[in-house]
Amino acid sequence: MTLRDTLALAWGSLIHQPRRTLLIALAMSIGVGSVVVLTALGEGARRYVLEQFASLGTNLLIVLPGRAETTGGAPGVLSGQTTRDLTLSDADAVARLRGVARAAPLNVGVAQVSRGGLSREAVLLGSTADMLEIRHMRLGQGRYLPPGPSDQATPVCVLGEAIRAELFGAGNALGEWVRIGDRRFRVIGILAAQGQQMGFNTDETVAVPVAAAQQLFNTESLFRILVEVRGREAVPAVKESVLALLKTRHENDADVTVITQDAVLATFDRILTALTLAVAGIAAISLGVAGVLIMNVMLVSVAQRRSEIGLLKALGAPAASVRLLFLAEAGLISALGAAGGLILGLAASFALGRLYPVLPIAPPLWAVAAAVTTALVAGMLFAWLPAKRAAKLDAALALARR
Amino acid sequence: MSACGGVVGMIELDRITRGFQVGDQLVQALREVSLNITAGEFVSIMGPSGSGKSTLLNLLGLLDRPNSGTYRLDGLDVTGLDEVAAATVRREKIGFVFQFFHLIPRLTAAGNVALPLVLAGVAPSERKERVARLLADVGLSGRADHLPAQLSGGQLQRVAIARAMSMNPAILLADEPTGNLDRATGREVLALLEDLNQRGTTLIVVTHDQEIGARAGRRILMEDGRVVGDSISPSPSGVPQGRGFIRGSGRGSEAQTSANAESTVPPSPPAPPPRGEGSKP
Repeated sequence: MTLRDTLALAWGSLIHQPRRTLLIALAMSIGVGSVVVLTALGEGARRYVLEQFASLGTNLLIVLPGRAETTGGAPGVLSGQTTRDLTLSDADAVARLRGVARAAPLNVGVAQVSRGGLSREAVLLGSTADMLEIRHMRLGQGRYLPPGPSDQATPVCVLGEAIRAELFGAGNALGEWVRIGDRRFRVIGILAAQGQQMGFNTDETVAVPVAAAQQLFNTESLFRILVEVRGREAVPAVKESVLALLKTRHENDADVTVITQDAVLATFDRILTALTLAVAGIAAISLGVAGVLIMNVMLVSVAQRRSEIGLLKALGAPAASVRLLFLAEAGLISALGAAGGLILGLAASFALGRLYPVLPIAPPLWAVAAAVTTALVAGMLFAWLPAKRAAKLDAALALARR
Repeated sequence: MSACGGVVGMIELDRITRGFQVGDQLVQALREVSLNITAGEFVSIMGPSGSGKSTLLNLLGLLDRPNSGTYRLDGLDVTGLDEVAAATVRREKIGFVFQFFHLIPRLTAAGNVALPLVLAGVAPSERKERVARLLADVGLSGRADHLPAQLSGGQLQRVAIARAMSMNPAILLADEPTGNLDRATGREVLALLEDLNQRGTTLIVVTHDQEIGARAGRRILMEDGRVVGDSISPSPSGVPQGRGFIRGSGRGSEAQTSANAESTVPPSPPAPPPRGEGSKP
């Protein structure tokens, strides 16, 4: 029996039971579709995060206090052990290193910002003029923090667009005074609205000189030093020199951690890829369930078509042909389901993409290929037992009864 | 070769025994049955239920295997053939007709007749031609596109016979071919089978029907797994040995045409298509 005839015969018996065929194919479709949609979502999240990082520039080094093997939070905080602080002079020394384009110290905290009767809690960023460039922020009006020695606590601030709108509404904000904590600051600039960036919304931040922030939070230490390296290829060398410099400055104690943006990127990439895989795996379980369904239906089908199978054997079909016929049926159903699932999944991904335009939702090719392959393999695998049963059927017995 | 002289039978059974395990009891369906059937014979097998008729027919059709004994088909020992080889022999040499027709309900008459050709891997274009001829032979040209549900019992059995003949088998095995038909339709179907037999096909019919049994050139009576009667009588259309000779001397030959002319069957049945090389050495 030629393959074409086998497929034609199998197809004939499938369309003879359209409802049954459609229902199994639907089960398969749901499996394939969910793999496609969920991986599309996972992949969308991964690409979103990566794009966010990339928007910060990939030649960025982040220096944080404390020694950490991984890129987690600052160690020592949990154990109660205090490591040597990062200080403003550390930041200034780093900025003078060869290969460093600019460096900005960073202190972050939450503070009450008020003007007249209006008051609001805001994320306070203490930094220097270089922060604007390093974080790729854009200015709406006025100036950013003034250049000059970083230890100068000039009482000026730059408001995020949302803060400005809430405190000043339609009125003019530039040159006005606001109260942050127990001090007064003059507004010298407004950031352009740019929304969410790397987990926090710059529209809802207030930037002040780092020295002023340290006074407000009553601390000498820094939260981070952000370092922009000249050129991406210089990143590893600069990382080493930063580590060496801070080691000498900290009495030969290597107590800081330098994270490269690439490392962060790679870590997030790993985490999100693992997440996508996990989600895809869970969705793939439904493919297994669909496979069991195929097995069940094929077993019923073999029982119902005993006389047909007996006939085929009497007409000269060897067991292998009978087995192939039933495998072909399962394969066709699976293919049908996979095709339906692809359409379903792609349509759902498209709709989700429309719903959340921020996420670059697109099912990765490997996931689509894997879903279709798994569907076909599961279908054939679970059909093996019924097909074997059909092939082993005793033709004389099967034909004896109607 | 062996069949050419008409001396050696197409079918030789030598002390065939077949038993079935039913619970803890061994039921002997066939006890040392030895039987020679010559090419072109029309044999009826009769006997009470459980006498082993169907088991014998299944063995002849290679759907079952004996526990002991030898079965030679066209001089070839087919007793120990493996599953694939047995399927090939069935496809090439044996046609089956069943009491319950066993047509596939979702396939048209033409589709059912084409089934053995499909299994044999015959090309679609050739298939179409041969199916049209086979349906014409059984007088159902106009019903090619009908589904089994749209056909009468007699028509169903004629489709089944066309299917059985589609590979030009040397042997036609019929299990109660008229058992599910009324008398008149049964006679039509029997006439069709006899016509095929006239044209050289060995016809073996298992039946309960005395009338059919009587029409066969050779009547085998079975009881309790044994052949208890085997009588050859001149049938309405000549002696079986003669037909065997004609068949053996080559199909489509003058001799066969003359045999057809003598037959009681209505005028000029179309000559059978040439057999495949494998069907008869």
